[in-house]
Amino acid sequence: MTAGDRDAPLGFVESARRRVAAGRIENLIVYLGFLVIFAFFAVVLRDRGFLTPDNLANIGRQTAMVSIMAVGMTFALSAGEIDLSIGSIVALSAMVAAILLRDGHFSLAIAAALGVGLLTGFVNGLLTTKVRIPSFLVTLGMMSILVGLARITTNLEPVPITNQAYVFWFGSGDLGPIPILLVWTAVFVFAGHVLLRFTPFGRHLLATGGNRTAARYSGIDTDRIKIAALMISATCAAVAGMLFAGRLHGARYTLGETELMTVIAATVIGGTSLFGGRGSVIGALVGSLLMGVLNNGLLLLGLTVSEQLVARGAIIIVAVALSLREARTS
Amino acid sequence: MTDGRAAGASVATRPSAGTETVLEARAIRKAFGAVLALDGVSFTLRRGEIHGLVGQNGAGKSTLVKVLSGVHQPDAGEIRLAGRAVVVHSPQEARRLGIAMVFQEFSLTPSLSVAENVVLGREPRRLGILVDDRAAREHSRAILESLGAAIKPDAPVGRLPVGAQQLVEIAKALAGSPSILILDEPTASLSQAEIETLFAALRRLRIQGVSMIYISHHLGEVMAICDRLTVLRDGRVQLAARPGDVDLTAVIEAMTGAPIGARSMGSGTEAARPATEVPLLELEGWTLDRRLSGVDLRVRAGEIVGVAGLLGSGRTSLLRSIMGLEPGVAGRLRVRGREIAITSPAAALRAGLAYVPEDRRREGIIPGQSVEANLLLAIWRRLARLGILRPATVSARATELIRRLEVRAAGPWQPIEFLSGGNQQKVVVGRSLAVEPLVLLLDDPTAGIDIGSRRELLGHIRRFADSGRGVVLVSSELDELAEIADRVAILRRGRISRILDRAAGDELSEAAILAAIHADEGLAA
Repeated sequence: MTAGDRDAPLGFVESARRRVAAGRIENLIVYLGFLVIFAFFAVVLRDRGFLTPDNLANIGRQTAMVSIMAVGMTFALSAGEIDLSIGSIVALSAMVAAILLRDGHFSLAIAAALGVGLLTGFVNGLLTTKVRIPSFLVTLGMMSILVGLARITTNLEPVPITNQAYVFWFGSGDLGPIPILLVWTAVFVFAGHVLLRFTPFGRHLLATGGNRTAARYSGIDTDRIKIAALMISATCAAVAGMLFAGRLHGARYTLGETELMTVIAATVIGGTSLFGGRGSVIGALVGSLLMGVLNNGLLLLGLTVSEQLVARGAIIIVAVALSLREARTS
Repeated sequence: MTDGRAAGASVATRPSAGTETVLEARAIRKAFGAVLALDGVSFTLRRGEIHGLVGQNGAGKSTLVKVLSGVHQPDAGEIRLAGRAVVVHSPQEARRLGIAMVFQEFSLTPSLSVAENVVLGREPRRLGILVDDRAAREHSRAILESLGAAIKPDAPVGRLPVGAQQLVEIAKALAGSPSILILDEPTASLSQAEIETLFAALRRLRIQGVSMIYISHHLGEVMAICDRLTVLRDGRVQLAARPGDVDLTAVIEAMTGAPIGARSMGSGTEAARPATEVPLLELEGWTLDRRLSGVDLRVRAGEIVGVAGLLGSGRTSLLRSIMGLEPGVAGRLRVRGREIAITSPAAALRAGLAYVPEDRRREGIIPGQSVEANLLLAIWRRLARLGILRPATVSARATELIRRLEVRAAGPWQPIEFLSGGNQQKVVVGRSLAVEPLVLLLDDPTAGIDIGSRRELLGHIRRFADSGRGVVLVSSELDELAEIADRVAILRRGRISRILDRAAGDELSEAAILAAIHADEGLAA
């Protein structure tokens, strides 16, 4: 036994030392990777405004939705499941909010958009646990259903949002100097972190993802945990959809289309296991920021959209490979 | 000691089945670290005989057949096949030499057909690349017929009953036309009728000149089917005889190295206890399809009730059914006199019952997570204040449990897989102790762990019972039951056949428990 086993809050250095001692350095890699990429762009793009407060705030705003979805994805993956329907939930919740706002229902719009997430997550969870269809397939099917619904509701037309209160609170406003999207990100990351690390629910979820049988024998209702995890993931996506709509002053069925890969990559790079049992909300945030910095930097470098896609894909593969390699050594 | 008189030259000239030695192991030694698993074992197998290999866990049976089948290399000694010294480098080499192994755990692929399974790895080819399905079917049909088994080659293996799967497993081993077949506990999961079918198949093989090594804990079966038997204890041959020449008592004494006392078979009755005392846990007429029938069991405060029985006797089903893991169970279950229905482990825990499963790696530990996460798994809700877990509270509780259970870990944060098997098991048992149950149900908790950890674990279990709780301890280590159990219930094919009660004056020793397990088999054989 080492001295000081019982001192409660660990300093970053001590916590890092223990992770290294335990062969757990995947969380450190994401911090390191983030710093390296950030420093790289800071040097290369110093004349193109990368480090200006405006650009940094812009990165924060662009990353907010991915961060919030990555918080949700952390719960789904940690529980040993996956949620592929989040992109389509974004589209449908944004669409539902926009349509109801057009008819002047502010509270109803928010409630209904949230309802899209809660209900989808519940159905995903039910089919996964009670009908025993792997969540991979359930949410794949759900993705198609929801995109279809989003397209049907407006016959492929975009729906503009003119409600100023909505646009302020859900996307475009600033609280003093702080963009409202950063506030939303902070709220979700904080709540997610506390829920996963400091509540019995979070511990039960990690146990369920790590060894479902052992969790069940210890009296944990693993079905309920998995349903809850998929509901959290879907609801985070629904909130992201509301924020997209508020930021873009309108909704379109294509919203969220490209976010799925980014979210999964951000979550896995952040140290969450694809196979369940290990998850980090803070890691997911840093992973998302890494993605955001990457997008922004590649854009400022002057790469075309096509070139960005190639570079981004390659960097994601390298980053995920690195974090998986570290995870496997444990 | 045999003299290896069947020299290589004589094999061809003397084909008389039953006397010719096909395999001989001479003075085999094998050590694993400091543990001497085989200490000069000599063994002969004759053509067309079924040779029983018997011994307690850790006696060296598995090591011996692993040496013979090329899994392990002996440290000293010699293996001769048909009189010629051979070195068996690998299982592949063994198969080439005509030694095939039928494993206890099936190596079949459930989704493939019987024929596909039988020829797996040696599929007949057409044009060099295509699998010749028709030839595969015919080949399998021929092998299955030689076993006297009426199994269709096209049936998916997963749909067959266990007994038929066992025959397919044997057919698979026979696909390479081996001359020697090693069977490891082949009847563990079979019904009586299925055992009869299996024995008929083995007798057919015997007539065809196949030699078999038959490992089993079921002494009655060994006495019934084998031509000769060899008893191992502590890596040495204790007895080599023909079943007709020895009785069950002699075999058991050879296995345990202790004589069986007069009162050892168990009286079948329990000592009288105060009628006012309400048992912590009571089962009455506990029945689960074919696996358990009419089990009555009482666990009182301060008591460790041992459950002994062979593999397949229903001992694991007994604990699982109590924990609500087996739907369709019938009978009454009372906790402190109150009858309750338990339908899930969560309900069992609420009622005060906690369970330590048999398979530590698959059902016990959460790999990749810390000792702390593994220890506190069942008590997170209790540790929370207003729904929040404070790190100081959590690590204090974990550290306290680690100290109390003598877990050797660098700290609560250490990943569980960095611990030795014995310390992992202490964590799994500690997880159940942490919920402070009324009755702790343990399924073979000391299997495969080091002797020091085993001592400590048994100490924790004893102390737990002494604190006024109850324990049901299923174990295949009979010496440990003899050491710490107050009573031992013998399970035999789903029934409690006998109860050894220390308080009623029964002898509780390894030999006595073993004799009680085989008491009724002995009469039948």
